[in-house]
Amino acid sequence: MNLLEVKHLKKYYATHKAVDDISFDIQQGAIFGLLGPNGAGKTTLLRMITGIFYPDEGSIRFDGRPFDPQNDVHYIGYMPEERGLYKKMKVGEQTLYLARLKGLSEKEALKRIKYWFEKFEISSWWNKRVDELSKGMQQKVQFISTIMHDPKLLILDEPFSGLDPINANLIKQEIFQLSQQGTTIIFSTHRMEQVEEICNHIMLVNKGRKILDGSIKQIKQDFKQGLFRIGLGVMPNAAQMATYHFNIVQVHEKAFTVKMNADSTTNDILLHFIHQGIPVTYFEELLPSINEVFITQVQQTEHTAPAVPQPA
Amino acid sequence: MNKIWLIIQREFTTRVRKKSFLVVTLLVPLAFAAMIILPILFATGSSETKRIAVIDKSGLFNNKFPDKKGLFFKYLPDAHLDSLKLHYQSAGYAGVLYIPDIDINRPSGFEFFSKGQASISMESAINADINNIIERRRMELQGIDKTKLDAISSTVSVEFKTGDEEKKGSSWVAYGVGYASGFIIYIILLLFGTSVMRGVMEEKVNRIAEVMISSVKPFQLMMGKIIGIAAVGLLQFLIWGVLITAIYSLIPLFISPEAVQAASQTNMQGNNEQAMEAFQRVSEVMGSINWGLLLSCFVFYFLGGYLFYSALYAAVGSLANEDASDVQQLSFPITVPIIIGIIIMMKAVQDPGSPLAVWGSIIPFTSPMVMMARLPYGVPGAVPYWQLGLSFICLIGGFLLTTWAAGKIYRTGILMYGKKITLKEAIKWVVKKQ
Repeated sequence: MNLLEVKHLKKYYATHKAVDDISFDIQQGAIFGLLGPNGAGKTTLLRMITGIFYPDEGSIRFDGRPFDPQNDVHYIGYMPEERGLYKKMKVGEQTLYLARLKGLSEKEALKRIKYWFEKFEISSWWNKRVDELSKGMQQKVQFISTIMHDPKLLILDEPFSGLDPINANLIKQEIFQLSQQGTTIIFSTHRMEQVEEICNHIMLVNKGRKILDGSIKQIKQDFKQGLFRIGLGVMPNAAQMATYHFNIVQVHEKAFTVKMNADSTTNDILLHFIHQGIPVTYFEELLPSINEVFITQVQQTEHTAPAVPQPA
Repeated sequence: MNKIWLIIQREFTTRVRKKSFLVVTLLVPLAFAAMIILPILFATGSSETKRIAVIDKSGLFNNKFPDKKGLFFKYLPDAHLDSLKLHYQSAGYAGVLYIPDIDINRPSGFEFFSKGQASISMESAINADINNIIERRRMELQGIDKTKLDAISSTVSVEFKTGDEEKKGSSWVAYGVGYASGFIIYIILLLFGTSVMRGVMEEKVNRIAEVMISSVKPFQLMMGKIIGIAAVGLLQFLIWGVLITAIYSLIPLFISPEAVQAASQTNMQGNNEQAMEAFQRVSEVMGSINWGLLLSCFVFYFLGGYLFYSALYAAVGSLANEDASDVQQLSFPITVPIIIGIIIMMKAVQDPGSPLAVWGSIIPFTSPMVMMARLPYGVPGAVPYWQLGLSFICLIGGFLLTTWAAGKIYRTGILMYGKKITLKEAIKWVVKKQ
C-alpha cells in the first residue's frame, strides 16, 4: 500500500520553477531517499508534503485520502536540515511543548517523553537549557521530538550531520526499527554512502524535475556499464589479452577491471582466460555506486536543461 | 485553537518567569511610591531647629528676622565677630550672620559663616528676610505705610471648575494625567513591539520556525506570540495597578496623627498638617477625573495600539536574517509613526481641541497616544462622543488590517533564509494571492 502518492506537483516562484511536475509514490514502511544537489527543489517539495506550502498544481494523497494539512500534520514528523530548538527553554519543557503541538495530551506526551529519554539515556537532561547542550546532544533532542508522536510519515533532512559515529549509529538503528514497525521514512541527504546503506528506494531531483526514481537495486542495474573485475593467478602478456569480448579499463595487481562488449556474456570473458590456461581467482560484477549515478545524472541534466536562476 | 493556546502559554510563561519581569514589575510601583512619599518626608523630616547668631552693627535688623520653622535667630549686637567665629559652634549656633553698619541706600557687606555649606533653603530664606527688612525700612523712609501696601496687594487664585457637575478640576492635573498616559502608551508600543519583533527574529534565526510551522499554521504562531506578550503586559499593569493603589491608600498612614504622635518632636505637627492638606488637595483634584472611563480607554488603546503595531513588528522580524542591522533598517518605517504620535501627543496635551490633536486621535497610527492625552480633559467636554467612537472603530479596523497584511508577510518571510528581503518585496507578498 502506498502511504504517499504525489501527482504532478508544481510550485513556481516568480523567478524559477522550484518544483516542476514531480510525481512519485512511497510504499508504507519504505525508507525513501530524496536526493539532489543544492537548490534542486528538495526543500520546497518536502514543505509541500509537510503542509507548510500549498502546491500551485497537482495532488497529494496521504494514507489513501487526499492530503489534509490541518489534520495530517499530526501524522507527520519533520526534522528540517537546519535544526531548531528554543535555546533558552529547558529540554523537558521543550519536548513536551512540541509533542503537545502535535496533538498529544499532556499525560500521553509525558509518558512518551519518559520512554524515549530513557531509551536514549538522556533523562538527566530534563532541566538543562538547550543552549547548555552540545550540538550533537541537541540533535538527539530534536530527533526525539520529531518521532515522539509516532508519525506515519517521518521526514529526516540530513539527520546525521553533526553526530559522532556512536550517536549516528544509535539514530540509524532507530530509523531501521521504525521502518520495520511500519513507519514510512523520507530521508534527504547529500551523503551517498548513507543512502546506499539505509534506503531501499530513491528519487533524484534536479532543477525542480525528477531525474530518476526506483529501488536502489534496480537503479544500479539500470546504470551498470558492463564493468567486471577479474582476479588472475598469473598476469597474462599482451598477446594473450587480445579479444573481442572485453576491453581493459584498469590494471591492478593480479587483477583487471574490464568493460564487457554489449553482445558478449560473462561466460565469454571467463572462457577467454580459461582457454589461455590462466587461473581465475575471482570474478565480480562492478555495479555503479549511487554516488556515480548521482554525479553523471546531475551533470547530464545540467547540460541539457535550460539555465535557471538558483533559488536562495 | 488548542494550539494557539499552547503557544500563548509558552510565550507568557517564559517571559513571566524571567528575573527581569519580576524586577521591572516591582520597581515601577516602588518608584511611584518614592515619587509621592519622598517629597512628603522631605517636607516633614527637616525638623531640626538651627540657631543663627546675628551680629547687627547697623541696628536696623534687631529683632526683625521673623522666627520660622527650623530657623531661630539670636541677636548678639555686642559680640565680637572674630571671637564668635571661633566658638559659635560650641555655643550651639549653626552659623553667624554678620551685618555691617550699612547705608540703607547702598547696603552691602553681609556675611554668613557656617561650618558646612549652608543649605539652599536657609540661604534663600535669609536673603529674602534681609531684603524684606530693607524694603520695609525704605518704605518707611519714603512715607509709605507697610500695612497699607499689604492691604493693596492681591494674591487671588482662580478656582477652575469643569463639567456640568462643577467638579473641582484643574487643567494641570489633566495635563499631567494626559501626558503620563500618552507617554506610557508610547513606551508600551515601542517596548512590546520590539519584544514581539525580537521573538520572531529569534524563532527564525534559531530555525525553530520551520519545526513549528510543520505543526501549526504560521498565523497561529504569530498570533500566539502577539497575544502571549500582550498577556504579559496586562498582567504587569494589573500588578502595577494593585500595588500603586495599595501604596496610594497607605500614604495617609504615613502622615496620620498617630504617626505624628509617634514622633516625639512637637514641631513636626504643623508640617504634617500641611502635608496632609496638600495631599488632600491633590486627592480632590484627582477625584475630578473619570478614572473608570480613563482606565477602560487606557486598556483599549493599549491593546488596540499594541495589536496594530506588534503585527507590523512581527512582519519585520520575519524578514530578518542573521544580520541584525537589516532589521533596524526595516523597522524604521514602523518606528517613525510612533515617534510622530508622541510628538502630536505633546501638542495635544497642551491644546486638546486643535485639529492636529483631533485628527491625531482618530488616525490609528497615532490615536492610542494622542487620544490618551486628550481624554483626561473630559469626555463629552473636550472629546465629543463621535470622535471617541470613530477613533475606536478606526483602531479596530486598523489592527485587523495590519494583522492580515503582517500575516501574509510573516508566512513567507519566516521560511525565507539567506536572502536579503527588501520592503518592496515584502509588500508584494501582501498583494499577491496565495
